[in-house]
Amino acid sequence: MDRPKSISRRRILQAGTAGIVGAVLPAAGQSADQAARPKVPADPTKVQGPLATDVGGRSPFERPKRVSLGERRTSSLTPLQDLDGIITPSDLHFERHHGGVPAIDPKQHTLLIHGMVDRPLLFTMDDLRRFPGQSFIRAMECSGNGGRVYRREGNQTDLTPQQIDGLTSTSEWTGVPLSTLLREAGASPKAQWFLAEGADAAVMTRSIPMAKAWDDALIAYGQNGEPLRPEQGYPVRLFLPGVEGNASVKWLRRIELADQPFMTREETSKYTDPLPDGTARIFSLDMDAKSLITEPSFPDKLTGPGWWEIRGIAWSGRGKITRVDVSSNGGRTWQAAKLDEPVLPKCHTRFRLPWEWKGGEAVIMSRATDDTGYVQPTFDVLLAARGPSTAYHFNHIRAWKVMADGIVKFAGAGA
Amino acid sequence: MKTKVQRDVQSKVRTIVLAMVLMPSIVLAQKPTVAPRAADAMVGKPLGIGRAATADEIKKIDIDVMADGRGLPDGKGTSAEGARIYAAKCASCHGANGQGGSADRLVDRESGKNWDFATNPKLVKTVGNYWPYATTLYDYTQRAMPFMQPGTLRPDETYSLVAYILALNKIVPDDAVMDRASLPKVTMPSHDKFVIDNRKGGKVVK
Repeated sequence: MDRPKSISRRRILQAGTAGIVGAVLPAAGQSADQAARPKVPADPTKVQGPLATDVGGRSPFERPKRVSLGERRTSSLTPLQDLDGIITPSDLHFERHHGGVPAIDPKQHTLLIHGMVDRPLLFTMDDLRRFPGQSFIRAMECSGNGGRVYRREGNQTDLTPQQIDGLTSTSEWTGVPLSTLLREAGASPKAQWFLAEGADAAVMTRSIPMAKAWDDALIAYGQNGEPLRPEQGYPVRLFLPGVEGNASVKWLRRIELADQPFMTREETSKYTDPLPDGTARIFSLDMDAKSLITEPSFPDKLTGPGWWEIRGIAWSGRGKITRVDVSSNGGRTWQAAKLDEPVLPKCHTRFRLPWEWKGGEAVIMSRATDDTGYVQPTFDVLLAARGPSTAYHFNHIRAWKVMADGIVKFAGAGA
Repeated sequence: MKTKVQRDVQSKVRTIVLAMVLMPSIVLAQKPTVAPRAADAMVGKPLGIGRAATADEIKKIDIDVMADGRGLPDGKGTSAEGARIYAAKCASCHGANGQGGSADRLVDRESGKNWDFATNPKLVKTVGNYWPYATTLYDYTQRAMPFMQPGTLRPDETYSLVAYILALNKIVPDDAVMDRASLPKVTMPSHDKFVIDNRKGGKVVK
């Protein structure tokens, strides 16, 4: 089987924004794609290349970009369709902030731990780096991810994976376990919740159960081998594996232990889930299992029938992905995809399935299962449980429709 | 006659022998102090990294207000005063009388009283129809508002704005005085609507 690679429309769009490419008329005998391409020697073996650089950059042929929704640019989305494997390059990790990105001098920044502790302590960044550290690869997803397709807002066919679900990313995070700092400060066993507070203009706050603090909460200063990017919380953030992204408070300046939740604005008026029974879930922190096919996807065009690889990512905030099933006939039959190693808990997992497109229309979809036995639900099942205007946690099955001419469109829930 | 060096050596040998004899009990009594593996030394007890935070240092940034009123400062405010501050500092984004603009609508107790937020996409969540705690309004306003001058409101101003928004939502009387005693006693209309997350993974989609 030939390894599918030529996905022509994507590459055209990558050469610039869609609008710009559309405005450039190709020269006679030249496609728009060729006209927009960077200039390179006709034969790279016949000319010396540029020398070593202090900081590398991408090939000029690759221009993945985050996109922001809305004029206020309070978030940006990861270009999932442009990524292989499971790691999100740090400069493409999604953003969501509520008071802009603060400029913080790491030499001036401190983290305070106080409240129900024996010893209220202040840590400098040097202090935090002195503690026994830990690295792990974990995903982070905003619980608002996918809301646009759940609520069926606007155009529902010409959507890229980035536009649908770009508020999820995976990094290797490095830091000191929060449990280590809790022991250092002498945390009271009676503490039930802790407040995490940021040093941004929103002075962002969330309350987190202490069980999470003792389990796998990380005070993170590193991301993918380098210090955190400013928009990811430089110089230090909370990182809560498997938990909705908002709770992993960035630019962390303060942790306070208490006997009850603080009932901050984000966790009461915002990140709560209205239910059809007239209540709303509060502290719905865990992200349920989800998957998304990233290739082929809009705006790809399959150049012809034959073998293609269906690729995507699956993840669960509760543990490991145990299987991903893929359907190429709108959910009538399913086939287990191959999961690439490593399969890590609370982390993007790459899945793949060779697929022979025989031409004609085909609806492809993926369905994740995690190690709690949870199976990614259909849209109808989720809709019945949550109602059409619930506010967060949109993890239903997504579908793509391959048209007879090879053009791929988003197909919502696959109906 | 032994030289000083020999005596010192002998003394050190005695000390080491004594230490070896005593070691089992030392090990039992506390974590090993003789050549511990670094990883062992770093588990379970303070490492002495970081420094004690002073009361003043804590007070400077411990700005949160809890649902039971802990953290509320001295000061007080009324709706009448809040209306003046609101017009000057809030209305440009939140609209006249809290009706919304570029920023969230704050006032509306009527729509949503059936609590059909999950099934009625037209509903807009406001302080009046959704927020479960009045203290949250104080905490958030003093923390993050006004948007372009965050953290600049004095306690009296914040109490006044809170009184104003609560009064517009008909949650407190127009002449109510909000302070550290009265604000935590305000019961919000949606106080009892919130339930702790019952999703646990597994087969059932909730």
